[in-house]
Amino acid sequence: MSGIFWWVIFPYISLAIMIVGVLYRYAFRQLTWAAPSTEFFEKKWLRIGSPLFHYGIVFAIVGHVMGILVPINVYEYFGITSEMYHAGGIIGGGFAGLMVIVGLVILLIRKITIDKVRVHATFADFFIVIALIVVAGIGAYMTIIYNTTVVEYEYRATIGPWFRSLFLFQPNYELMKHVPFIFKLHVLTAFGLFASIPFTRLIHFYSLPVHYPMRAPQQYRSRSNFKR
Amino acid sequence: MRIKAQVSMVMHLDKCIGCHTCSVTCKNTWTNRPGTEYMWFNNVETRPGVGYPREWENRDRFKGGWTLKNGKLKLRAGGALNKLANIFYNPNMANTEDFYEPWTYDFDHLIHSPKSKNLPVGRPKSMLTGKFMDKPEWGPNWDDDLAGGREIVPHDPNLQNLQEHISMELEKTFMMYLPRICEHCLNPACVASCPSGALYKRDEDGIVLVDQEACRGWRFCMSGCPYHKVYYNWNTHKAEKCNFCYPRIEAGLPTVCSETCVGRIRYIGVMLYDADKVKEAASVTDEKELYESQLSVFLNPYDPEIIEEARRQGINEQWIQGAQNSPVYKMAMEWKIALPLHPEYRTLPMVWYVPPLSPMMNHIQNEDELSTDAYIPAVDQMRIPQEYLASLLTAGDVKVIRKVLMKLTAMRVHMRGKSLGDIDAFKHSQLMKEAGLSIEEIEDMARLLAVAKYDERFVVPTGRREMKDDLHYEQGACSLEELAPPEGLLHNGKGKAPAIKFTGSAFSTL
Repeated sequence: MSGIFWWVIFPYISLAIMIVGVLYRYAFRQLTWAAPSTEFFEKKWLRIGSPLFHYGIVFAIVGHVMGILVPINVYEYFGITSEMYHAGGIIGGGFAGLMVIVGLVILLIRKITIDKVRVHATFADFFIVIALIVVAGIGAYMTIIYNTTVVEYEYRATIGPWFRSLFLFQPNYELMKHVPFIFKLHVLTAFGLFASIPFTRLIHFYSLPVHYPMRAPQQYRSRSNFKR
Repeated sequence: MRIKAQVSMVMHLDKCIGCHTCSVTCKNTWTNRPGTEYMWFNNVETRPGVGYPREWENRDRFKGGWTLKNGKLKLRAGGALNKLANIFYNPNMANTEDFYEPWTYDFDHLIHSPKSKNLPVGRPKSMLTGKFMDKPEWGPNWDDDLAGGREIVPHDPNLQNLQEHISMELEKTFMMYLPRICEHCLNPACVASCPSGALYKRDEDGIVLVDQEACRGWRFCMSGCPYHKVYYNWNTHKAEKCNFCYPRIEAGLPTVCSETCVGRIRYIGVMLYDADKVKEAASVTDEKELYESQLSVFLNPYDPEIIEEARRQGINEQWIQGAQNSPVYKMAMEWKIALPLHPEYRTLPMVWYVPPLSPMMNHIQNEDELSTDAYIPAVDQMRIPQEYLASLLTAGDVKVIRKVLMKLTAMRVHMRGKSLGDIDAFKHSQLMKEAGLSIEEIEDMARLLAVAKYDERFVVPTGRREMKDDLHYEQGACSLEELAPPEGLLHNGKGKAPAIKFTGSAFSTL
């Protein structure tokens, strides 16, 4: 029964909190919606920590899409063997994971040691950095150490299909039954992190200005036509 | 032709006494909240000096404004893709070291200190951390009146453009004030730099504003503005900037900085311009031509064809009249004594300056016996080097500066002669020829520069209101918009609560 809770109810509750929270904040709390930069207070460490973490997480997201969203058949169709896939996953994923962790640790130390930054950091700010370190730490451990010392776990046969089944509203929780504990922990902490998005600075993840390159450089707005 | 109106400003630097009243009243109006302590929408700089933030004119460092790349106008810091690549860390942004760490004093201790042998001291306390500071080492106006002397003055980026050596000896040095607000440019680099599209230029009056709801705090506007007049609020994580006191402008009043200016140096008026020509004007190859090319964007509000076209495009009678009576139009276009600040940034700024003259006139000892034309060499030897003014106002073109100074000198000589009864000599003088103005123009100029009253200095047509659907109802409604519920719920005679949509909220567009 606990399988239903952890692999059906908990993920859906987390995603529901995220979606409703993000929509609520978008509709009613626009003034709080920003990427709360502290570059104004400190530049030297941010220059190393921030791009390291952010680019690391971009690579990590790409890796997760490749590993979880793309079905294993696609790789087989293109003739990519399991060995090839995992070699790429361990090297690429390990690299991204290390970038994320090193970046986060730099940012956390910066947050603690630099007065101007610490004074303005809220509980949510510390929570989110530590939570990210936990999630990314487990992820990096799985990728780099578990995969090379215990077994190259084929999550594309279990976690991947289960995750996709969530979005088809046919959650196949049986798939998660025999997944190694460390992988389970990574998945659950990640869903916990998703639920925290609307209440933290992670909200800025949803405002990547992808439309910027497409728009005209100069923006005019009419006061009188504003309503129409 | 796309005719737009721009509310713009001219500051007559000869009259600025550097009292900072504009800065203080502006600060009390707009930036006295947490997160805005270091923001000076208006500041007054002593020149030569580094300004605020320190060395803001150093474009190699902050990479603000536009540049020509293969004949095309590009943001100097890089285009959209470059910005997205740098979105996690803006390498060009100024921080607290370039501005300053705002502080207050421990006044409480002065009041509540127990009786002691020594006088109590109010120690400086950081407004960013709340901790005591050993000593403040820089502020928004630290080098006021050249007080930075030899240590600070050589860091003025304009001095790099100067041929001659700047003397710091008291008898030989020079000094002037430069009050600065947002330029509300025709080709604003901050707007183009904003990834979220939160910055915009208002169609009706050209005021550049930040939509506080759309701003996501990416901070590219901060370094993108070559004048460094967009600030990052560390409390709300959004950008804020001088808003030309738009609620006052909409009501037909001048900005607070202008209203309270002790020297009455500021003039506000409407300029009509052709928005279709802006890009072309900002893209001329030679930086020295930018001043002239900006003039070519402005439209003559007396031209019947322009008036007809403006009406057709929805600019109402009041604004056309405003453009005709605009003191800015007179100074910038008719007499050509006002100049844009740093036209080489290619943003087509709209706060212009009449260069200062006074230190030169102090140089003249025997003014009573002086022949009119003897003033000409005096202009060329004035204490503020013409190259320095040219570096500020004409992208280095000394000829333009000299011409303006000749006009101002001619005005002075003529008005002096008029009260001393010696006009004829002036009429045929070389000075008059070099100034290139008629006697009437000179006298009009003297009136506007010296004696103009409130409604001559500030010609501000009120913002249009007719698009609001129920003005009569709103007359009794709460002005605090979203902060308080609207009043008078029994409306429309239908016993139904009215569907009031308040727009352009005063609280969302600082």
